[in-house]
Order: sequence, then structure tokens, then C-alpha cells
Amino acid sequence: MLELADGGSSSLLTWMTFFPLLGAVVISLLPSRNQNLHRWTALGFSLVPLVLAVKLFMVFDRSTSDVQLWTQVDWIRTFHIQYFVGVDGISVTMVLLTALLCAVCVVASWGIQRATKGYFALFLLLETGMMGVFVSLDFFLFYVFWEVMLLPMYFLIGVWGGPRKEYAAIKFFLYTLAGSVLMLLVMIALYFNVNDPSTGGHTFNMLHMMAQANHGEWLLDPTIRHILFLGLFIGFAIKVPIVPFHTWLPDAHVEAPTAVSVILAGVLLKMGTYGILRICYPILPDAAAWFAYPLAILGAVNIIYGAMCAMAQTDMKKLVAYSSVSHMGYVLLGMAVFNEAGITGAVLQMFNHGTITAMLFLMVGVIYDRAHHREINGFGGLGTSMPKYTTVFSLALFAALGLPGLSGFVGEALVFVGAFEVYRVVTIVSVLGIILGAAYVLWMLQRVFLGPLNEKYADTPDINRRELITVLPIAALVIFLGVFPPPIINMIKVSLLNLIAQIPG
Amino acid sequence: MNFTWSDAAYFGPEAVMGLTFLLCVLGDLVTRGRRHVVPFGTLLVGTAISLVLALLHPPVSSHAILGQMVVVDGFAHFFRLLFLGITFVTALLSWSSREIMGRDREHQGEFYALAAMLCFGMMVMAESADIVMLALSLEAVSITSYILAGFARFSFRSSEAALKYVLWGAVSSAVMLYGLSLFYGLTGATSYEGIRAGLSGGQGGMALLVAILFVMAGIGYKISAVPFHFWTPDVYEGAPAPVAAIFASGPKIAGFALMIRFFYVALVQDDSQGTLALLDDVQWPWVLAIISAATMTLGNMAAIRQNSVRRLLAYSSIAHVGYMLMGFVVLSANGLAAVLFYLFVYAIMTIGAFLVVVALNNRVSGEEIDDYAGLGFREPLVAAMMFLFLISLTGLPPTAGFIGKFYLFAAAGEAGLWWLAILGVLNSVVSLYYYMRIARAMYFTPPELSGRVGLAQAHLILLVVLAVPTLVLGVFWSPLKEFADQSLRMLLGGG
Repeated sequence: MLELADGGSSSLLTWMTFFPLLGAVVISLLPSRNQNLHRWTALGFSLVPLVLAVKLFMVFDRSTSDVQLWTQVDWIRTFHIQYFVGVDGISVTMVLLTALLCAVCVVASWGIQRATKGYFALFLLLETGMMGVFVSLDFFLFYVFWEVMLLPMYFLIGVWGGPRKEYAAIKFFLYTLAGSVLMLLVMIALYFNVNDPSTGGHTFNMLHMMAQANHGEWLLDPTIRHILFLGLFIGFAIKVPIVPFHTWLPDAHVEAPTAVSVILAGVLLKMGTYGILRICYPILPDAAAWFAYPLAILGAVNIIYGAMCAMAQTDMKKLVAYSSVSHMGYVLLGMAVFNEAGITGAVLQMFNHGTITAMLFLMVGVIYDRAHHREINGFGGLGTSMPKYTTVFSLALFAALGLPGLSGFVGEALVFVGAFEVYRVVTIVSVLGIILGAAYVLWMLQRVFLGPLNEKYADTPDINRRELITVLPIAALVIFLGVFPPPIINMIKVSLLNLIAQIPG
Repeated sequence: MNFTWSDAAYFGPEAVMGLTFLLCVLGDLVTRGRRHVVPFGTLLVGTAISLVLALLHPPVSSHAILGQMVVVDGFAHFFRLLFLGITFVTALLSWSSREIMGRDREHQGEFYALAAMLCFGMMVMAESADIVMLALSLEAVSITSYILAGFARFSFRSSEAALKYVLWGAVSSAVMLYGLSLFYGLTGATSYEGIRAGLSGGQGGMALLVAILFVMAGIGYKISAVPFHFWTPDVYEGAPAPVAAIFASGPKIAGFALMIRFFYVALVQDDSQGTLALLDDVQWPWVLAIISAATMTLGNMAAIRQNSVRRLLAYSSIAHVGYMLMGFVVLSANGLAAVLFYLFVYAIMTIGAFLVVVALNNRVSGEEIDDYAGLGFREPLVAAMMFLFLISLTGLPPTAGFIGKFYLFAAAGEAGLWWLAILGVLNSVVSLYYYMRIARAMYFTPPELSGRVGLAQAHLILLVVLAVPTLVLGVFWSPLKEFADQSLRMLLGGG
């Protein structure tokens, strides 16, 4: 059961959430001709949450599972809706990741030429939406942020995207909305059947919903609980995305501009698994236990199917997109086993996948800006013409295949350690994913960077300073957390132990 | 029928609108139809006075006047304000519309007289407490609507629209009158209260079911519920755009007001615990639930295939009727409050979307979705507001449309009508697709022409006036919700 930390009230998270929104308003008021002004303003407004994130990292209390730095204000009193935000160990890493990737992505968007004003305003609006999802502790507020985030994403893909942008944008929008309306109905059902212990009325407060004693009679029926769990789960599964709801992802990734792909893979996918951990598990723990085995199988399917699809791709970005499907499978597998190693590995993998996949997409963006295509077979021997680029990209690729010493390994290893105790066969099958992962990564590495140099790209300029600025901080983090993961593990551990203690069986 | 002067005090806003109608006609006659500003100004002033009167004297209790034929209560007050607001806004919108005020048009002044009459009729529809007054007010609105639909009388499409409207209207009115006569036959009463008393024995049976279905046919036509919706797209497309904006909001909302009062006063009783129950074992809510499901599904499915923005909005307005019926069938105060809330929000966003059509109609070549290509870059402000209305119609936060839908789904969920709620949310997803077709044209397709479109100043101001509440009510909506709750208290509490 989750509780509020005493005296933990703070406006820090509110600032982190709404400062980018303020930036969006400011940018939309600037004159439209001065593109550099838009860029620098956006950078300024995205750096503030990053600085606040550093502060959050410092002040976060790692010894408790309570909700910290919370703010709780009545919003619509008659319907028991509150502005209620706060973080615990599950959400804090996601908040940090969001702040980091958003600042990086503003720099990565420097090359955007078309309608920069709209682009950066929407980008900051997106940051507000994502932050809001991770800090909300009122279900209604959570839902509002969840939906608000869709609008800028739709435009960022649809206006600044590639050739099939319109199709990709509406597909993304429709898929996600279809999932979230199911969530809306479950939210309504929970609202009417959970009692606020202090007033006896209905409530959207997630903390009240998590306390099983507050559940009304209707909500005690196991069948109902399973249906509600499924409704929420499908909504989140589309976001993760869990096979077979994943088809929007490759389309959206391929068409989206680089920075938007980074956000999509780095943050948006995590919202799905975060939602399952934040809402499905603690509110309906018995249903979670009941669905654990199918969940583990879905995880294995994601791992294997995603990896096999990745291997078949000829477009670099599509390959990275499918590798995300595969990597999110590890998260699912880890979540399906309710032991310390598994679930810690899952949340760690959420964070690490965010950084690693961000690097991968940034690197794909670098070569696309120069060659204007992403065909894996259209390159060759770039290692000789672009040595620095090759080094950084290889680092990202090795992190993605789970090389020990880089951060990707730690999460995956913990997931397998945890899962092996519970589901042997599923885990053994899933481990094959590592081999497949190595296969598609190394094969791509070989075709793009090794072999004889493709003369067409002999004079391609190497990675430049701005591009290095975007990727090096993330690379440093990937190496550091690969060698020394405790800074993240210590943040999440207590909350996760508290979470799995709720789940029966 | 006894009329006392004290009744007039309760009937102030309506009386002013009736007077406004006469003055508009008179003003147009005196100026020989040359100075349209006279009837236009008269309508604006009349509506404003009426609005002030209504605001100054909100009813504190339910009061039956004009021989018990009309009831002035909180419910009537809610709709009075809504109709006066709609009339005021649509009058302004029409004043700078080429389709109404263009040089090639005739009798422009009469338009404002008709608008005053329409407003009067709608207000009385929401207040009727007697089936005679029900029929009269409905006809007053209908006949005015027929003339408005054919207002551009040299336009083929406008005349066709008017004819279709008249034919459908005449048939459904006849059916409804027959239904009303059955009510009279069953109970020997014409007042809603009397009908309720007559039916409380629970002996209605088949005759009652037929009567209810027949009345539903008349009201269903007015609110364009399936299967009485066929006229809607043709009329909205053929009639001048400002008239379509009025039809999509005013008479439809009036139809809902009339329906709510009739069904909830004459056919529903509240037991002592404050819950509502059917008087008879005739399960009309089930019939309406099926109509609701059919209406929203058909409206949305048909809208997908439209290429004309106006037809698209017409079908979408049908779909919205389906959503609102969801709140009507659950037999609870919360459900009705959700309907009232949604009607208010619906009026704002629908008029807003139609206003964009009107504003562009003056300037852009056509009304196909493709004609809006690149609007986001040519007219960023107008496109942004259109987008806001569209996402509000879809029901996405942070807009008023989301809150409205949320209350409707919540009401259905509370009543256990989950199948209808699930159908409703899935329909919302479908609607996203076609609303976003307009957004796609505005933002994703490059414009064929460059440079600004150049819109009337008045339209821009009106757009902002409508966009602000669409957004604000999506973030802070308590006052409107409380107003809706309060408006229902006299209707349901006082019986």
C-alpha cells in the first residue's frame, strides 16, 4: 500500500511539469521568422526541468516507498477530482529520463527548418504531457495528461515526418486512443466503486484505489476484477507495444523526425509498462497474479518476434524500432515474475532502454541527415570515413545487444535471473532473444561500417560537435550504469519490494 | 384558461422575444427592406434585453403559468439562457455571411425576424407542460425552420433542402400528433401532470407503447435521431451555412429539452428514496437505448465517407445525438445533468465549427475537405481554433467536449449500461478518424495558394469568443456542472 510521506509536500514536480508548457506559450508568441530564437528558447525551457531533475535526484529519499514531493489540491470538488502529483521509486526514474531526453532532443532538433515555432511549441507541450503522466496520482489527472500528450505527437509526426507521415500519424493516434478509451471506462468503473476512506464518497485518488479495503462490493467479484484488469492492460499494451498491438510502432518510428523517434521509443513506450506497474498491479493485485503467466508468455513473444522482425529489416530505423519491441519484451517478462530480481530488472531495463534506444535513433538520424536514406545495404565501410561516428554508434549497438559492462546487460541479466526461478521454459526460450539480438546488431554493424568503403560516402563529414553534445551525455550514462548500477537500483528498490508484497501468491 | 397579469412577470424573456419578432418585421417594413441594420439591430437589442431579464430573475421555484400550459422553472431557465445565447451568436454570425447578406440576396431583414421567432418557439418548447403547448411550440419552431432552410430561394439546393425538411417534418408531426391523441385517449388529460396521474395505474399496455413510439418519431425528427435523421445532411448542406449552424444547435437542443420534460414529468416517477422509476412497465428506455446506439454508430460510420465539411458535420451532429441519448435513458438525475452539460458544450463547439465553415465560405472556393488544404499555414489562428473545436467534438482533453462525454459515459456506467458506454467510447475513436481528416487537410497538406485568406473581423472575434469556453470548460467546469444540476432540481424534485 502506498502512502504519502509526512511533510513531503513540494512544488518541485509541478514546476517540472508545467515549465515546458509555459515555454510552449512563450514560443508561440515569438515572431515566426527568427528560427534561432525558437531553438534557444526551447532549449532554455527544457533545461530548467533537467536542472530540477538533478535536484530531484539529490533530494529523493531512497529509504522509503512512500510518495514524496507531493502536491494535493482540489480541482473539481463535486466530482472528487484532485490535482495530485508526487513520485515514488517507480516513477522517479521515468521523470529523470523524460527530463534528460527532452533536453537532448531539443538539441537534436536543431536542424529542423520548417515551421520551427510550431515544432518547438508542440515539443514542449509533449514534455508537459509526459511529465504529467509520470507524476499524476489522481486517475483523472493521469488520463488528461495521457491524452494531452497524443495531440502534439500527432502533429510532430504528421507535419515534420517522412513520406508516409499522414498514415503513420493517424494510425498512431487511433491505436492509442482506442486503448485509452478502454482505460477511461475502467476509470469510471473504479470511481464509482472505490470509497474515499475519509469522506465515504467516490474518488479518483490512486492511493485510495490501491488500498483494497476501499473497494466496494461490486469490485470484489473476481470476474469483474479480471475484466477491469484486461481493459486497463489493453490500453497500456498498445502503448508498450505488446504484440499483436505493435503495428503502429514501426510506421510511426520510420516517419517521425529523429528527435520525435527518440521520445517515442525513449519515453512513450515506457508509459505503457509504467501504467501497468502504477495502476494495474497495485489496484488489482490479485488479477495481476492471475494474469502473470500469460503476461510472461507475451513478454517472450515480444522478445523473439521483435528480434526476428528486426533481423528482416533493411531500413535502419525500422530495425531499431523492432529492437524496441524486443527489448520491451524483457521488461514484460521481468514484470510478470513478482520477485525482487525480476521486477527490479524490468524497471532498470525501462530506464536503460530509454537511454540506449535514444542513442540508436540519434545515430540513425546523423547518417540520415548526410545520406538522406537509411538502407542498411546502401552503405559499407563507413568505419574508415567516419571513425568517430562509428565508435559512438558501435557503443550504442553493443549496449543494445546486452554486452556486459554496458547498462543494457544489467537489466536483462536481472530479468532472466528473476524469471528463471518462476517460468523456466519461457525464460529459456526468451534467452534466445539475446542471440537473435546479437545477430541483427552485429549483422547491421558489419554491413554498414565494415567491409569495403562505399565510395559514394567517402567524403561524408564525420559526426559534428552538436551531434556529439546530444549523444555523449547519454553514452556516459550508459557506460556508468553498466559498470555501477546502484544509483538507479537504490532509487527503485524499496518501492518495488513494497509493490510485489501486495501481490498474492 | 385563466390569464393573470402576474403571469407576465414570469414570461418576461419570452414576451420580449415575441415583441422583438414584431418589431423586426415592422422595422423591415418601415425601411422598405433596404436598411437591414434595423431588424438586425432590433434582434440584437431584443435578445440582449431578454437575456438580461432572464439573468435578473432566475426562477426560484417551479411556476406554472398561462393556464398551466407553460412551466417556468430552473430547467426552463437553463435553456432560456442557452437559446438566447445561440440566437445572439448566430445573428452576429449571419450578419457578415455572404450567403445571408450577399448583394444578390433578397429580404435579408426578414432573416432576423425569423431568428427572433425561432428563439421564442424554442424557449416555449423547453417550458411546455401540456401536450397542446408541446405541439404548438414544436410547430412554431418547425415552420420557422422550413422558411430559414429555403432562405436562399434562388439556390436549387436551398429550395431542395426546404422541401425535404417540410415533407419529413409534416409526416413526423402528423405521427406525433396521433401519438399525443393516444395519450389523451388513455388518460383524458392534456397536461403532463395529468397524464402522469392517469398512467399511474400502470394499465397502459400496448396503446401506451404505441403512443410513446409515435411521440418519439416527432421528437426524433427534431433531434435527428436514427431512423428519423435522413433529412439532416441534405438540409445542412443545402441551407445557407449560418442556418445550418442554427439548425445543428438550436432546434436540436430544444427538441432535447422538450423530450426531457415530457418523458421525465409524464412518464417517470421518483420514489421516496430520490431514485427515478418508470410509471408503467413499458420499457421505453430500452427502445431509446437502442436508438442511441444506432444513432451514434450510424452517424459516425456515415461521416467517415463524407468529403464535404458540411455533410461531415451534419453526420457528426447525428452521432452526438446518440451520445446524448445515452444520458437520457439511464433514468437518473446524473444522466440528465450530463445531457444538459453536453448540450451546452455541444452548442458552443458545433456553432464554432460551423462558424469556421461560414467564415471560409465567404473566401475559399468550396466546402470540400480538400479546400481546407494548408489552412494551418495560411490562417494559423482560425485553423488552430477549428482544431480545438474538432478535438472537443472528438472528446479529447483538455476540452469541454471531453468533460461532457466523460459525464455521459460516467452516467451510463453508473447505471450499469456498460454495453452502451463501450459502444460510445468506440464510436469516439471512430469519430477521431474523420475529424482528423479536416485537421490533416489543414496542417499536413501544403496549401495550393499562399498568402492569407482574409476573414471578416467579426468572425474572428466570434471564433475567439467560442474557443475560449471550449478550452476553459475543459479545465474548470464546476460552475456549468452545478448550474446543470441545479436546473434539474425543480424539474425532478418538484415533480
